[in-house]
Amino acid sequence: MAEPPARRADRAPVLPPGHEPVRPAPTPDPTGSPVGFAKGFGLTFGQMFKKVYTQQYPFDFYPTAPRYHGRHVLNRHPDGLEKCVGCELCAWACPADAIYVEGADNTESERYSPGERYGKVYQINYLRCIFCGLCIEACPTRSLTMSNEYELALDNRQDLIYTKEQLMAPLLPGMEAPPHPMRLGDNEKDYYVVKTQAPLMKGAPQSAANAGAKPVSAPAIEVGGHHG
Amino acid sequence: MSLAAAQDVPGFGGEPVWLVIIKVIMVFAFLVVMVLFSIVFERKVVGRMQNRIGPNRTGPWGTLQSLADGMKLAFKEEVIPLLADKPVYFLAPVLSAVPAFLAFSVIPFGPQVSMFGHQTMLQLTDLPVGVLVVFACSSLGVYGVVLSGWASGSTYPLLGGLRSAAQMISYEVAMGLSFVAVFLFAGTMSTSQIVFEQRHTWYALPLIVSFIIYAVAVVGETNRAPFDLPEAESELVGGFHTEYSSFKFAMFFLAEYINMVTVSALATTLFLGGWRAPWPISLWDGANSGWWPVLWFVIKVVLLIFVFVWLRGTLPRMRYDQFMQLGWKTLIPINLVWILAVSSMHVLRDRGWPTWKAAAIVLVPVLLVILVVLSALEGASARRRAAQAAEDEAEARLGPAFPVPPMDLRVPRTPMLVRASAPASVPDQKGSDADG
Repeated sequence: MAEPPARRADRAPVLPPGHEPVRPAPTPDPTGSPVGFAKGFGLTFGQMFKKVYTQQYPFDFYPTAPRYHGRHVLNRHPDGLEKCVGCELCAWACPADAIYVEGADNTESERYSPGERYGKVYQINYLRCIFCGLCIEACPTRSLTMSNEYELALDNRQDLIYTKEQLMAPLLPGMEAPPHPMRLGDNEKDYYVVKTQAPLMKGAPQSAANAGAKPVSAPAIEVGGHHG
Repeated sequence: MSLAAAQDVPGFGGEPVWLVIIKVIMVFAFLVVMVLFSIVFERKVVGRMQNRIGPNRTGPWGTLQSLADGMKLAFKEEVIPLLADKPVYFLAPVLSAVPAFLAFSVIPFGPQVSMFGHQTMLQLTDLPVGVLVVFACSSLGVYGVVLSGWASGSTYPLLGGLRSAAQMISYEVAMGLSFVAVFLFAGTMSTSQIVFEQRHTWYALPLIVSFIIYAVAVVGETNRAPFDLPEAESELVGGFHTEYSSFKFAMFFLAEYINMVTVSALATTLFLGGWRAPWPISLWDGANSGWWPVLWFVIKVVLLIFVFVWLRGTLPRMRYDQFMQLGWKTLIPINLVWILAVSSMHVLRDRGWPTWKAAAIVLVPVLLVILVVLSALEGASARRRAAQAAEDEAEARLGPAFPVPPMDLRVPRTPMLVRASAPASVPDQKGSDADG
C-alpha cells in the first residue's frame, strides 16, 4: 500500500526557535467604509488639479539622458580618415541582425582608413535595430558610437536603412575627406596613441556634429565619451 | 391614444406642425452636441484625473476631437463578418440608436416660452405616462444590444450581448422601482408635471434612497464603468459591438453616450428639480421663466455626466457575480422596502395624520429593521473575520510549506572578494590595469 502524500499538518516546522517567519499584521481594510469611499473619490477629484506630466513633445524638446542610445555615428580620426576597419564585429555582435558591413582593402593610391582594410559598405537597418549598444561594445577601434538622436520615424522602409554616408561623422575643422594618405604617422599604430587622438578629446564628440542632416534635439554625447 | 393622451397634459398638443419640427430638430441637435461634448469632456476629465491633459490637438483645446473622430468613423471601411445575419446585423445599430433619441422627446428643458410668436413648452411632447416612455425606450435599447451580439455570428459578441442584456434587464428593475416613489410623491407620471411638483423641494431630498438607487442603477443600465462588463476587454474583446465597424459602430457609440445624457436628464427631471434653478439663484424671480431654465437644466445634466466620468476615473470594473448580487440582492430589496415605507406614509397622511407622525410611525420600524439587519450582517462578517483570522493563525503556526532560509543567514563572501581584501595574498599587479 502506497504511503499517502503528507498533508500539510503532518509536516513539523523545521525552523530553529525564534526564527518563525514574521507575517505582517493584517491592515484594516478601509475600502468598505464610507471613509474609504470618500478617500477614493477624493483622490481622483484632487488629481484633477495637480500638475500634468504630459510633455508637448514635437513642440517642446527635452534632453535625453546623457547616455541615451540613439542613432549610430561612424567616427573619424583627427585627419579625416575613417576609424572603421571593416571587421564586421559589430554585425556579428548585433542580436537583431541589423548591421551589414562589407570590407575592402585600402590601397596606397586610395586610402580610407589607416591600416589594411576599411568598411566599404556600411548599413544599419533601423527597423531592426533595438538600440542595445552591443555593436558599440564590439567595435575595436571606437569607430561606431551612438548619438542621442531618436527621431528615427519615416514613412517607408527603404529610407530607414541608413547607409555609410548618412552614418559617417562630418568633417570637422582640420579633417580632410578620404581617400588620402595617412597624415598622423607612417604606421597605423600611430593612429591609436594618445598623442594623435588628443584633438578628438577636446570639444563635443563627433556624434554631436549632426551627421545625416537630421535635426538634433538634444546635445549628443558619445557613448563612453572622453569629455569631461 | 397618443394624440388624445397628449392633450391630457396641460400645455401640450395643438401646436402647429412647423413648431413641432423645429422642436424635433432642436432636441436632435441638443443630443448630438451633448454627445460630442460629453466624449471630449470625459476624455479631458479622465485625463486630468490621471495627470494627463487629454485631447488637445483638434480645435481650441481639443474640443473638436470627437467631431473629427465621428467624421473619420463614418468614412471608414465597413467590415461585415461572413457569418453575420445580414438583416438583423443592419437593424441592430438602428434599434440601439433610435430609442435613445426617442427617449428624449419627453424630457422637459424648460417652462413655457415664446417661440416665433407661439407660447409653447420647451419640451417636444408629454404624456400622462411620460416617464414610462423613457423606460420603454431604454428597454428597447436592449434589443439593439442583444440582436447585434446575435447577428454578428461570432462568439465574443454573442457572450457580450447576452451579458449586456442580462445586465440591462436586471438593472432596469431597480431603475423602474426607484421611479415609483417619485410617482407616489408627484401623483403623476408626466415629466412636466413632476418638474412642476418639485417647485418647493427637489425630490432628491425626501427621496434620497430612491435617488441613490437610481444613480447606481443607471450606471448599470447604460453599461458604464464600473459596470461596463459587456465591454470587458480582457474577457469579451469589445462586447456586443466587436464585429461592428464604420458608421454602424458609430451608432452604437452614439447610443451609449445619448443614453448617458438621457439618464442624466431623467435624474435631473425626477430628482433634481428639472429645469428649476438651484437654491441661491432661485431667489431671483426671473430664474424660472423664459429661456434661463435651459441653462440650469444643462448645468445639472453636465454635473451628472461629470459624476459618470468620476466613477469611471475612480472605480475598477466589478466582477459579474458581484454586479448581479448588487442589483438583485441589494438594490431591489432596499427599493421595495423603501417604496413600502413611502406609500404607507402617503396613506397615513391622506387619512389626516400629521406628516411628522406619519413619518415617525413608518420610519421607526424601518430603521429598527435596518438596524437589526445591519447588526446581523455585522455579526456574521465579524464571525467570518474571526474564523478567517483563526485559520490564518493556525496556518502561520505550521510554518511555511516551502523551505526558507533562516532569519540569521550569513552569506559567505565570494572568493574573489576574500582575495581582494587579503593584502598578503595579492599577487603582483603588473599588466592588470593596462587597458585604462
